[in-house]
Amino acid sequence: MNSAQTPLHKVQGMGSSHSGTGHFWHERVTAVALIPLSLWFLYVMLGLAGTSEVTALQFLAHPWNAILMGAFVVFSLYHAYLGLQVVIDDYIHTPGTKIALLLLRLSAILLVGGASLFAIVRIAAL
Amino acid sequence: MADTPQKSVAASRPLSPHLTIYRWPATMATSITHRATGVGLTMGAVVLAWWLVCISNGPDGWQSFHAIADTPIGLLVLFGLTWSLVFHFLNGVRHLAWDLGYGFPKQTAERNSVIILALSILGAVAIFALAWTGHGGYLQ
Repeated sequence: MNSAQTPLHKVQGMGSSHSGTGHFWHERVTAVALIPLSLWFLYVMLGLAGTSEVTALQFLAHPWNAILMGAFVVFSLYHAYLGLQVVIDDYIHTPGTKIALLLLRLSAILLVGGASLFAIVRIAAL
Repeated sequence: MADTPQKSVAASRPLSPHLTIYRWPATMATSITHRATGVGLTMGAVVLAWWLVCISNGPDGWQSFHAIADTPIGLLVLFGLTWSLVFHFLNGVRHLAWDLGYGFPKQTAERNSVIILALSILGAVAIFALAWTGHGGYLQ
């Protein structure tokens, strides 16, 4: 049988999208991880409502809380990174604009994630 | 017309029905709301980063956050983010159930959409009501 696909391309099972089910699967894995993390986050936000910066600092300085907040930030942002790609893919059809937006998304996510994680470490070191 | 024949043919072709022609079943509303709240929550991640950076700056940072967050618009944004998180959470769990093959019958999907919309509003109002009536702040 003649085929335009190389054996490697065929064995990878990838079509013209150049990628497999990785995006779908990572979106689901982060979603499952975010179930307990989001509940914890809401519990924390309500628990800190109306308190002082001392309470927030002491709470976030605790290793477990810092780790959980860091995990919430990382999983949320990776989930957002994947989700925003779908939105951009769906609505933007000009290749140039699309690539620009995808790169803007990457930069913004890295910036927000970097700032969040730096702040968490800084609080723990205070 | 004669010099752009393709254009006139394309213009006379019937278009497939678009969004505006359909009535809005609850499933359609929750579908687009899931996407909108997802984009909104990405903005929420920016607010969370700003909050964390402010806290790490000590008392001055805390005040600079609350100077903006405690205004009516700030509270409205925080309420919107709370509702977005509750909605995206509930509807996200439903998406995972769909991935496992549950909840597809038309009536079930329609009913669950209404339940999720109602529960998300109730949940967000409950969280704000708890904070407002002094039931928050238990981590002190």
